Amino acid sequence: MIPDPIREGLARGWKAIDAASLARDRELEADVVVIGSGAGGGVTAEILAEAGLAVAIVEEGPLASSSEFHMREDTAYPRLYQECAGRKTADSAITILQGRCVGGSTTVNWTSSFRTPPRTLAHWHGALGLRTATEAALAPWFERMEERLGIAPWAVPPNENNDVLRRGCAALGLRSGVVPRNVRGCWNLGYCGMGCPINAKQSMLVTTIPAALDRGATLVHGARVERLRLAGDRVVACEAYGAGDAAARHRLRIRARHFVLAAGAIGSPAILLRSGAPDPNLATGRRTFLHPTVASAATMPQPVEGYSGAPQSVYCDHFLDAPLDGPAGFKLESAPVHPALAAVTLPGFGEGHARRMAAFPRMQVLIALIRDGFHPDSPGGRVRLRSDGSPALDYPITPYLWDAARRAWLAMAEIQFAAGASEVLALHEDAAPDLAWQLARRRIEGLALRPLAARVMSAHVMGGCAMGPEPRSSVVDEVGRHHQLENLSVHDGSIFPTSLGANPQLTIYALAARLATVLAADLHGRRGRSPV
Amino acid sequence: MGIAGAAVLLTVRAVERPLAAPVGAMRVLDPASARIVAALAPAVLAGALPPAGAAHDEAVRRVVEGFDRTMSLLAPVVRDEIGELLGLLRFGLSRVVLTGIWSPLDEASPVEIARFLAHWRASRFDLLRAGYLGLVQLMVGAWYAQPAAWGAIGYPGPPALDGPAPA
Repeated sequence: MIPDPIREGLARGWKAIDAASLARDRELEADVVVIGSGAGGGVTAEILAEAGLAVAIVEEGPLASSSEFHMREDTAYPRLYQECAGRKTADSAITILQGRCVGGSTTVNWTSSFRTPPRTLAHWHGALGLRTATEAALAPWFERMEERLGIAPWAVPPNENNDVLRRGCAALGLRSGVVPRNVRGCWNLGYCGMGCPINAKQSMLVTTIPAALDRGATLVHGARVERLRLAGDRVVACEAYGAGDAAARHRLRIRARHFVLAAGAIGSPAILLRSGAPDPNLATGRRTFLHPTVASAATMPQPVEGYSGAPQSVYCDHFLDAPLDGPAGFKLESAPVHPALAAVTLPGFGEGHARRMAAFPRMQVLIALIRDGFHPDSPGGRVRLRSDGSPALDYPITPYLWDAARRAWLAMAEIQFAAGASEVLALHEDAAPDLAWQLARRRIEGLALRPLAARVMSAHVMGGCAMGPEPRSSVVDEVGRHHQLENLSVHDGSIFPTSLGANPQLTIYALAARLATVLAADLHGRRGRSPV
Repeated sequence: MGIAGAAVLLTVRAVERPLAAPVGAMRVLDPASARIVAALAPAVLAGALPPAGAAHDEAVRRVVEGFDRTMSLLAPVVRDEIGELLGLLRFGLSRVVLTGIWSPLDEASPVEIARFLAHWRASRFDLLRAGYLGLVQLMVGAWYAQPAAWGAIGYPGPPALDGPAPA
């Protein structure tokens, strides 16, 4: 019997409210309301609760836990992901994988935990004027969160899906590395994307959120935050409603001294926009970045079983090692191969699609995460509100990014063939499988680069509430405080001024830890107590 | 004028035809739209669904149910767009213009349906490519997410956790 720390905590008397099944409207009070329970909200809630503050965590998604994580796509995607893992940009050209549950995307991500790349910090520090964005200043926060979440390079041999990347790189003389993962006692199952069934993944769901609840925090789940109620330059309340059946919906109003937005880079700007938060320089929701991701599927002569084993354990940064003001770089990783995810990502339909699916156990998938936001030709996207108040993300794929996509398909195909692939297919509707590198190269060089033909994905939504020293071009300052609203902070990936060029969870953890620690001291100071 | 008249007649006929294969209670799809999805599925999943017979009909029913469930979880605006697209495929004039198929879709052959999907897939219009992608992804996702699809692709399903923990 695998223990379920959430059910045990609830039995111990955690304060948890399911807003989706409220019988009446509710009013709550707290010192701090944290909106969102993912990487930013989880870390913030733990640190504030440990500092003795009364914390209320508000989460849109359900409180799901390991007892119901059955490693099945047909139950995991509807319950744990935004829009059943089918969220898309406004023009439908980019599919966005984002969690929507207690723990946010950390409950369903693939565990890759990289520190912010030094080149990215240097750009934030030098070009954007962020004083605190240095390796030295952030090192203690990275160390603290690596320790807290068991982050270490994966010590087990990679599965075949990742070993193809390692071998292909080695054959071509490219350096690859071992992915650091946030796991303890991992069984190497391969189903991280459907919620860890054994609580080995050190997501917010099993680490910081339980710690905050043990310290008396209140968790309100199934609650969609509609808006912050403002009075002058202060937030006075957070207004939410139950995410259940619209007809039986009840409202929730939480008053507090301070509010922390951690609803992700689509959710946080959307709440600010719905609240009519001051935005004198129209910075809110602007410069949203995605690490637009393209993919290449190989058929190997031997079994790959890409559904089994740690989903990401090998990476290659060779193509990021280039000047930021030149062509866009990209990070190479493997992607786990599960039936529905593979089916919706492979191009084509009918017999051709079925033939590719028939090679499922031998399918190997590489992905390239394109580093966006560093070059004038990569200004990112924009979160705006639709007429019903829901967020829409406009993200034009510029020629600058398409150029990177083509180079990425070429690099991935060459690596896959170098590792012994029998055939390789760029995931693009106009492509077809090729049996040799020179054939694939010719085909990829001729591909028409256009949206809704290339399959483009994102699992990393960043930006939209950029931090910066200048209110003219940013939304929050370097400690996450909103430039215009004095008791509002933002602690999530939306404060990144560019993308990262690496999977973002550890950067969010470290930044949130620093910002929450400053905030806790500040809130105690205002109350006349010394920081804990 | 002639096309419009014919389209109106075809439309009336499409609306009044009873469901060929009854589907369970739907969350967001109306019965006529569910029938469009059921008509498209054998072409989209050609080579993947079981051969004609009870297993085939059951598979189609499940694809329609999965399509409906995922659609119900999409942003309301996106859900409405898909509903409108299915509506356009239902009504005579818009169907003929968009697909070139003169009969109601549930009387069209899989070859005719595959032909219009291939046309949408390669179209220079973003809207048709988006429509193609949206419909195909909802259908293949619905099919391959369930165990009935796994045998044919050699996927053993998730591992059992009741054994001892690996070393």
